[in-house]
Amino acid sequence: MDAEAAKMIGAGIACIGMGGAGIGVGTIFGNFLSGALRNPSAAQGQFTNALIGAALAEGLGIFSLVVALLLLFVV
Amino acid sequence: MAGTADRVDPIHQFHIVDLFQIGQIGGMKFAFTNSALFMLIAVALSFLLLYAGSAPRALVPGRFQSVAEEFYSFVHNLVRQVLGEEGKAFFPFIFCLFAFVLFTNFLGLIPYFFTVTSQLVITGTLALFIILMVLVVGLAKHGLKFFGLFVPHGVPIFLLPFISLIEIISFLARPVSLSLRLFGNMLAGHIVLKVFAGFIVSLAGLGFGGWIGAIGPLFMTVAITALEFLVAALQAFVFAVLACVYLKDALHPHH
Repeated sequence: MDAEAAKMIGAGIACIGMGGAGIGVGTIFGNFLSGALRNPSAAQGQFTNALIGAALAEGLGIFSLVVALLLLFVV
Repeated sequence: MAGTADRVDPIHQFHIVDLFQIGQIGGMKFAFTNSALFMLIAVALSFLLLYAGSAPRALVPGRFQSVAEEFYSFVHNLVRQVLGEEGKAFFPFIFCLFAFVLFTNFLGLIPYFFTVTSQLVITGTLALFIILMVLVVGLAKHGLKFFGLFVPHGVPIFLLPFISLIEIISFLARPVSLSLRLFGNMLAGHIVLKVFAGFIVSLAGLGFGGWIGAIGPLFMTVAITALEFLVAALQAFVFAVLACVYLKDALHPHH
């Protein structure tokens, strides 16, 4: 296989990891919302924690994006 | 991957251009770049907002003053919430971080403006600075007890080496993930914006049918711009919160 083509395929495969970040962020906000609807008075205090969790989950997805960008532009 | 002339190149917006050269340091070019220019603009804007906002000192705040006061008290509440009363000393640092990241993120959303935070060098420097500060503060406040951070309480003794190893790795990964999160979010958002804008251009080049087809990407571009405003504010907030959370480890290593 041509090395250039392999790079492109590798970058595409690496980006699948972003889907995991999507699942993670969705789970966090979904669970936050279901908890918030049960106890709306406690929701405001936990919103920061939900955002931190979402950011941490998203950061791992960003790693795979960075790998894809490295494959495209650096390797 | 260099884009040809007839194609929209989504990476071109991140090119750093020398505006004027100042001199040479050890054979390396030392120049004033567009990145430096937009950093200065961001700093000047945040300074102006706070200075103009706090100048009237009215008992009943006007528009400018209430924006500045909200801005200030938002970060103040955040620092107090996460770090407690002894975290007051770090409020100026966190406030500067938040203001800088927020203003550079928002400046980057204006068309033809440069996004400073989409450069890994900038976010990496900020993250490295935060983690060095955590180390210095932790070692100065607690001495060698600071390394108790890597020895959690209530872990069975035979599991402790593995847990400690994991804790150390996760501590060392913090600056990497902190910088990559901001960089990746800004980079990815701006690339997506440019790709969708490129769809409009190439569809509109097809003639009348293309014009109708270009309405779809146009709506997407507008929607993604709105999302990017959210992301820009959220990432600045997350950056500041995580800096606070990491500093909390330095203040209270025994968790």
